[in-house]
Amino acid sequence: MLLNIDNITVSYGGVRALRGVSCQVEEGEIVALIGANGAGKSTTLKAICGLVRPQSGTITFDNKVLNKMPPHKIVSLGISQVPEGRRVFTRLTVLENLEMGGYTRKKAGEVKDSIKNIFKRFPRLEERKNQLAGTLSGGEQQMLAIGRALMSKPRLLLLDEPSMGLAPMLVQEIFTIISEINLAGTTILLVEQNANMALSIANWAYVLETGEIVLSGPAAELANNPDVRKAYLGE
Amino acid sequence: MDAVLDVLTNPYYIQVMTMVGISLIAALGLHLITGITGQFSFGHAAFVSIGAYASALLTIHLHLPFILSMLAGGLAAALCGILLGYPSLRLTGDYLGITTLGFGEIVRVVFINMKITGGASGLTGIPRETNIFIVYVVVVLTIWGMYRIQNSRFGRALTAIREDEIAAETMGINTLLYKIKSFAIGTFFAGISGSLFAHMMQYLNPADFGFSRSFEILNFVVLGGLGSIPGTILGTVVLSLAPEFLRFVQEYRMLIYGALMVFMMIFRPNGLLGGVDVVRLLRSCLARLKVRRAS
Repeated sequence: MLLNIDNITVSYGGVRALRGVSCQVEEGEIVALIGANGAGKSTTLKAICGLVRPQSGTITFDNKVLNKMPPHKIVSLGISQVPEGRRVFTRLTVLENLEMGGYTRKKAGEVKDSIKNIFKRFPRLEERKNQLAGTLSGGEQQMLAIGRALMSKPRLLLLDEPSMGLAPMLVQEIFTIISEINLAGTTILLVEQNANMALSIANWAYVLETGEIVLSGPAAELANNPDVRKAYLGE
Repeated sequence: MDAVLDVLTNPYYIQVMTMVGISLIAALGLHLITGITGQFSFGHAAFVSIGAYASALLTIHLHLPFILSMLAGGLAAALCGILLGYPSLRLTGDYLGITTLGFGEIVRVVFINMKITGGASGLTGIPRETNIFIVYVVVVLTIWGMYRIQNSRFGRALTAIREDEIAAETMGINTLLYKIKSFAIGTFFAGISGSLFAHMMQYLNPADFGFSRSFEILNFVVLGGLGSIPGTILGTVVLSLAPEFLRFVQEYRMLIYGALMVFMMIFRPNGLLGGVDVVRLLRSCLARLKVRRAS
């Protein structure tokens, strides 16, 4: 098992955001975490990255405990995040953004090779490599955020709402890219409100509701579950 | 010709230009902290004063050569920068501003109450070692150093912290450590500036390093254009010279100075050179000239 979250609780001030969440991610899978606004999806990702600290429970990655590790060390273990709302460095160029993504890698040659690979996957970014990231469209910024996260050659890629604020056609494109990245060997944990899309590419899914996992199973099975269809697929 | 020579040898002009250079070194230090790393410091003058007193006391009591006492002044300021930075750089924005403001006041009050610094009546008997050549050699070295830092891997990480600290952290940057390093380098230059100041004025008084001086240095950096070295230079030169040029209006001087700043904030809110990449601008101008010549 690559990532194991065991019974974690997280509070913001006095408010419980997660109450005993457990989930597992196997190497090579796409795992989706779906649920409504405020269910605790983003908090779960932040806990994995070390941006918030769980009060109890453990998170292990490749048998190493992450709970007390600072965020920059977690990155160097091979976990990379595409944060909610993309958070590209708006006043840096596309190229500089990608270089920042490869910050943990020491060899300049390797970083250059990775940039080449990312430009192959996202030709649009190469066309705009000297443009400031803030001047890109929403879809291009999402591609840049994904490209930037791939620069550290992660074993596990965390994606937080990659479809947010994008046109339906672009959403389709981004999800195709996510599947391709997974096929190339990167394990993916995906947090999404767009449950339809997430379930269509995931192997396994968890449903979060007010800080608790209420359902889990193979994604195809959940997509046919009448409760899920009613609550999250708009039927 | 005589007029030019007159200006170049006029002690008043030389004094003013030396002061501009000394301010420039402190401003470039703050440029790294505020302009590049995005951390607001309202106590920069305190670090200038630490450098000034440390180096002055070393030359007076231990008769250290000026170069050594200048470096020691810089290091003393940087050490205080690290000691202040370690607890307070966990804070951001307004909170960091208030902490540095408080620190600036504490340093001033400590210098007023210490015996060795001469207290409120000031420290006298500092030998005159600073001259305009030494100051501008240090200015050139500082500008060169800042360009080297800004265009390095380290400098890019600092810019990333300014742009989005959380995203920078998820890139694998140890943001606290980098902010402390940036603070240490910035306060080092403040200390150097203070040493030069002490050995020019030959007299130090804590009142010269109060909040208003900190705010003045911050103005140099912000009004020139945050994050731009040419902007910082321009801001420092313009704002240091403006009070001198405004002497003809006598007591209305500071009034007009204030009005100038208000107008600047209205018409150039990003600073004089804010959002202008001077190197890129020059390059595109050169390219256009070449095209014109070819056709």
